[in-house]
Amino acid sequence: MRQQEIAYVNLSTGETEKKPIPETMRRKYLGGRGIDVYLLYNHITPGTDPLGPENALTVSAGFLGGTLAPSSGRCHIGAKSPLTGLIGSSNMGGFFAPEMRFAGIDHLVVTGKADHPVYLWINNGDIEIRDASKLWGKDTVETPALIRSDLGDEEVKTICIGVGGENLVRFANVISGLKNAAGRTGMGCVMGSKNLKAIAARGGQDLPVAYTEEALRYLEHLLKLMRENSLLQEQSRLGTAMFQMMMDLIGKVRNRNLQRNQLADGQGLYAENILKFSSGTAACFGCPVHCRHRYQVPEGEYKGQWAEGPEWTTLGALGSEPDCRRMEAVLVGNYLVNKYGVDSLDFGSMYSWAIELYEKGITNETTTGGLKLEWGNEQLIYEMIQRVATRQGFGDLLADGPKRAIEKLGENAAYYNIHVKGMSWLHTDDRMAPSHALGVATASRGADHLRSRPGSDAHMLPPDQGEKLFGFALPGMTGYENSGKLVRWHELIYAISDALGVCKFQALYMSPSVVSFAEYAQLVRRVTGMELSAADLMAVGERICTLERMFNNREGASRDDDMLPERYFTEPTPLGPEGMKGKLIERDKYERLLDEYYAAHGWDNSGLPTGETLARLGLDKEPSRVI
Amino acid sequence: MYKMLTVDYSKCTGCRLCEVVCSAKKNGSVNPDRARLAIVKWEQACVDMPMICQQCESAPCIMVCPVKALSADERLNRVVINQDLCIGCRFCVAACPFGAMSLDSTIRKVVKCDLCDGEPICVKFCETKALQYEEAGTASAKKMRAAARKVLESMRAG
Repeated sequence: MRQQEIAYVNLSTGETEKKPIPETMRRKYLGGRGIDVYLLYNHITPGTDPLGPENALTVSAGFLGGTLAPSSGRCHIGAKSPLTGLIGSSNMGGFFAPEMRFAGIDHLVVTGKADHPVYLWINNGDIEIRDASKLWGKDTVETPALIRSDLGDEEVKTICIGVGGENLVRFANVISGLKNAAGRTGMGCVMGSKNLKAIAARGGQDLPVAYTEEALRYLEHLLKLMRENSLLQEQSRLGTAMFQMMMDLIGKVRNRNLQRNQLADGQGLYAENILKFSSGTAACFGCPVHCRHRYQVPEGEYKGQWAEGPEWTTLGALGSEPDCRRMEAVLVGNYLVNKYGVDSLDFGSMYSWAIELYEKGITNETTTGGLKLEWGNEQLIYEMIQRVATRQGFGDLLADGPKRAIEKLGENAAYYNIHVKGMSWLHTDDRMAPSHALGVATASRGADHLRSRPGSDAHMLPPDQGEKLFGFALPGMTGYENSGKLVRWHELIYAISDALGVCKFQALYMSPSVVSFAEYAQLVRRVTGMELSAADLMAVGERICTLERMFNNREGASRDDDMLPERYFTEPTPLGPEGMKGKLIERDKYERLLDEYYAAHGWDNSGLPTGETLARLGLDKEPSRVI
Repeated sequence: MYKMLTVDYSKCTGCRLCEVVCSAKKNGSVNPDRARLAIVKWEQACVDMPMICQQCESAPCIMVCPVKALSADERLNRVVINQDLCIGCRFCVAACPFGAMSLDSTIRKVVKCDLCDGEPICVKFCETKALQYEEAGTASAKKMRAAARKVLESMRAG
């Protein structure tokens, strides 16, 4: 039985090499985002130009990818980010990562730059660099069909970039299927910079299961847990868009950039409105939750085209933020961002920022190339998605992401952009929720919720549940104390989900009654035979988070990069029910939370891991270049 | 009792867990290529079609098998293969109208769905019940009722 391997591809020279993954590395990092951060730390020299050939792009399947673990289809993509200049790290569902594993490859490290457009073909362990000249300029819907036709195999799975990645939009994403998007940190831009249009995989190799009968029984047990969870039941029916109604009602959505935290008559964006367009829900690999709607674009130029989604993130980015309150428009916009291959969250935030600047007179028609920017204008959203993806006119400026666009528009504009580390904040307003704000701000990849968001706050669990689950009292939605510890705890479980290659919606994000470290330890043993305790897994999570921190520190990041956007400290929320209205983050308390968060990780007050922490996690010899 | 494996195509979410558990149970490893059923996808058109062995009453695979390795098992209403007799000629693979017979590249013999001897594991793990193992009469009655509902809806709409 052959072992799963790491493949190294140099697009400049055309050389490929494969290496096995030592068990010691599995124990320390598992796979997925774990092995991925090790590869990035070891294969990227500090100061590397993210768009230069020396940047390394990694594509990873999780340690449990494609196995008897529920929802084990996640694919992780990494590189140095052209958006933040720090760690690039993006994750998506679908079917590609399992297929890569069935082809014998768990991780890909792509360096160099091809002298013409190419795609990689992973065919049962063999790797071929193929001409993609005819694919260049094609969108993410056309590209997979052309690749399947080129290879003469309809079962091939792909990841690809759209014209957004080709045009080096700094928040270009990587797409698999119709809507799986590794959206954050501009990994599509890195692929574009390497002339790498796509990666295709097909495999028919066995992934052995250590204890088949036990693993099947355990899978049955986990599926039952998930099936009985009311939040997951709702997610199966409505998708992640189900969150919109609750979050709007409690005043926790970003509206008109960050001027309002609740929509005026926002019912049009409630998830129930998707149902009349939905022809049913689809699932990622091995997932019982099936949380994406299938629909046909309801109107406009692309009417009738098949699409999937929208996720709540996209609904917020194209709906709540630019104040567009009609579901049909979101369904069109969702199709467009995926077709062009740009991250919906960064697009929505940059675009809403642009409207506010225009509204405030900080920019004008000269800046926007004649466009009159306004809230809720649907046609303008479609137009701007296209202009950003193709870098036309004003779209070119927005396509550069927060940091560079701010440099061009000046300090007045900076205050209004809601970003951290150069990556846009998501579509939620977190000014009343210190743990959420802290989690987004400290996320290693830049402003993002899927690295730590404590669902426990949103679910308003009684404080004593905190003692039971985490070993300390919960801060609650608006409380400060223990938020640092809570964020750190969730960072670990999210890191483990990403390293195992399973969906974090099955983990504690959704509910304390679903899957946690102990269950993952059981799964790992039954599927792979590797004995790891819950505590061992927590240590892996710590190691991953700390090594990501080291990557960022090595690129010059510091405590300043964990600060919230200034508006979070100065402007209270104007709307919402009592307890949510009139809230902002208090600066001194936030500083103390940062201290608490760093201390919980074993980092000093500047965010540098202490020598003791490095030794405890076995990171004191990095970069060690084992793989 | 005449039970059969049935597919409701409209319920399939395309998760492929049926392929995963089938291959794990039969081979002790996960490999969809070695599963005895498949979800055929047209990803860009949002289509997922579970394809299974129909356990035909008048089975082309049995008819073409030159060594009588395939036979009808009336107890479970299925077509069974005797691996000891199979010579791997793949006539049955060619003859099957559903693509349900496949040559397993590891054991180099033809494999097919055996309904897990009456407890199909794919059915057990199918979250949306797109796959069911049910009495023939029940399956027909359900089908008829679903069709009746459509007729009723169109009559009411008309």
